Amino acid sequence: MDFLRPASWEEALAAKAEHPTAVPIAGGTDVMVEINFDHRRPDVLLDLNRIGELHDWEVGEDTVRLGASVSYTRIIENLRSVLPGLATASHTVASPQIRNRGGVGGNLGCASPAGDAHPALLASGCEVEVASVRGTRMIPIDEFYVGVKRNALAPDELIRAIHLPRADGPQQFSKVGTRNAMVIAVCAFGIALHPSTRTVRTGIGSAAPTPIRAKAAEEFLAAALEEGGFWDNGKIIPPAVARQFAELVSGAANPIDDVRGSASYRRHALGVMARRTLGWTWDEYRGNERSARCA
Amino acid sequence: MRVTFTVNGREQEADDVWEGESLLYVLRERMGLPGSKNACEQGECGSCTVRLDDVPVCSCLVAAGQVQGREVVTVEGLADQARERGGRATDGTTLDQAKGWQAKPHGAQAAQPGQLAPIQQAFIDAGAVQCGFCTPGLLVAADELLERNSSPTDADIREALSGNLCRCTGYEKILDAVRLAAARQDEVV
Ligand SMILES: Cc1cc2nc3c(=O)[nH]c(=O)nc-3n(C[C@H](O)[C@H](O)[C@H](O)COP(=O)(O)OP(=O)(O)OC[C@H]3O[C@@H](n4cnc5c(N)ncnc54)[C@H](O)[C@@H]3O)c2cc1C
Repeated sequence: MDFLRPASWEEALAAKAEHPTAVPIAGGTDVMVEINFDHRRPDVLLDLNRIGELHDWEVGEDTVRLGASVSYTRIIENLRSVLPGLATASHTVASPQIRNRGGVGGNLGCASPAGDAHPALLASGCEVEVASVRGTRMIPIDEFYVGVKRNALAPDELIRAIHLPRADGPQQFSKVGTRNAMVIAVCAFGIALHPSTRTVRTGIGSAAPTPIRAKAAEEFLAAALEEGGFWDNGKIIPPAVARQFAELVSGAANPIDDVRGSASYRRHALGVMARRTLGWTWDEYRGNERSARCA
Repeated sequence: MRVTFTVNGREQEADDVWEGESLLYVLRERMGLPGSKNACEQGECGSCTVRLDDVPVCSCLVAAGQVQGREVVTVEGLADQARERGGRATDGTTLDQAKGWQAKPHGAQAAQPGQLAPIQQAFIDAGAVQCGFCTPGLLVAADELLERNSSPTDADIREALSGNLCRCTGYEKILDAVRLAAARQDEVV
C-alpha cells in the first residue's frame, strides 16, 4: 500500500490523476473502519488532511462555500445561522470524537443513503464543486447520488467544496434512531422553506437506494401555500394540508426491511417527521414574519 | 513508512509503519503506550480517545500517516498537561515514564500530589472506575470538556461523553466524577 500526502490541492489532483484508484482519506471515519475490518485494501491512500483550503469556508452574500473537509463540529459552531438545516443534521452525527474528524466531503464520498448530511443538502439545493487536472465542474446535488453508495464523481476527481445557498427561511432536520448519540438513521428527513422563491425543498435519508427528494410533496405544498396566500398572511397551515404533505413524503420513499427497521415503519416515521418538521419550520416562519411586521 | 510526531510533549518516531495502520496501533504496539484501549476499532466506543492537535478523536480511525508532524496527547500525558495548564512548565512525558505509569504506584499509599491530573483523581475519589477499560477514553474526553467549559451542566457532560461507552454501566459515578472535578476546579480559581 502507498500513502500519499499531497501538500497542496494541485498536488492532490495530480496524484488522483496518476492513481485513479487511490482512495482519498479525509477524517477517515468511514475509510479507517473499512481498513480496520479488512473490508477494503486500497493500493493507495491519498491523505487530504494537509490541504488547508479543504478545511476553510467562505460565507458570501448568497452562498456559503464549504470546504470538503470542514468538520461537523466546525459547522455546528460556526455556520448554524447561515446553514441551520445542515448544522442541525451535523449535530446528530455520531459523537464528538467523530464530529471532530468527519465532514460533508466524506459523507458525499460515501454517498450512503444513511448519511445525515444528505437530506439537508438536498433540501438546501446546493451544488458540489468537484475538480480534476482536467478542470472544475459544479454538480447539482439532485444529480450527485447515482446509485447505492455511488456518486457522480469521475475516477480522477476530488470534491473541493459544497456551495450552499444561505438559508432564506427556516430549515429543519429530523432523524429516527434508537438513541441520541451514535446512531445510524433508521430514516431521516430534512426540510427547507425558501420564502424568497416561495418554494419548499425536502430530503429523505435511509429510505431509498439513494438520498432522495419528495418532489410531489414539495410541489403540492408550494401550490397549497400559494393558493391560500399563506406566505403573506402567515396563517397556520390547515391540518389537511399538513396531512397530505406527510402522505406524499411517505409515498416518495422506497424503503427496505432491514435490521434497523421495517419498510412500513420507515414510511410511517417519515410521514410523522414530515408533518412535525413542517410545523416547526412554519411556526418559525410565522414568528419571523410577525416580528418583522411589528418592528 | 516512518512517522514522526509529538506524543505527550515529546517528539517520537515510529518506523516500518504499515500504510493502513491506525494511530492507535502505533501508540500501543510500536510505542508501548497501552493506555489508549483497543476495543471496537470502529469509533463506536471511544476507549481509544486521544487529543490530536487538541481535539478529541478516536485514534483507531486516524491513519498513522495522517499524524506526521502533529501533536497527540494520550491518557498517559494527562497529568503533565494538567500541570502545564496550571502554569508550571514541563518538558513532556517520556515513553518510559508513560510506560511506568500507575494510578497507585506499587507500595505507595496513594498517588503523590500532582502525579495525577485532577480529572484522574476525581475518577478515583468518585468511584468512577470499575473494570477500567473505558476509563482512559473517558478521562481524555472529560478533561477536554473541563478545559473548555469549567462549569458544565449535566447536559454538557452527557453530550461531551456521548462517544464513550462503559459496559459496566457505571455512568452515574462517571458523571459524579466530572461534577467533582469541575467543582474542585472552581474552588482553585
Ligand atoms: C462510530 C461512527 C458513527 C457514525 N455515525 C454517523 C452518523 O450518525 N451519521 C452519518 O452521516 N455518518 C456517520 N458515520 C459515518 C462518517 O462519520 C461520515 O460519513 C463522515 O461524514 C465521513 O467523513 P470523513 O471525512 O471521516 O470521511 P472519510 O472516511 O475520510 O472518507 C469517506 C469517503 O469519502 C471519500 N472522500 C473523502 N473526502 C473526499 C474528497 N474531498 N473528494 C472525494 N472523495 C472524498 C473517501 O475516499 C471515502 O470513500 C459514522 C462513522 C462512525 C465511525
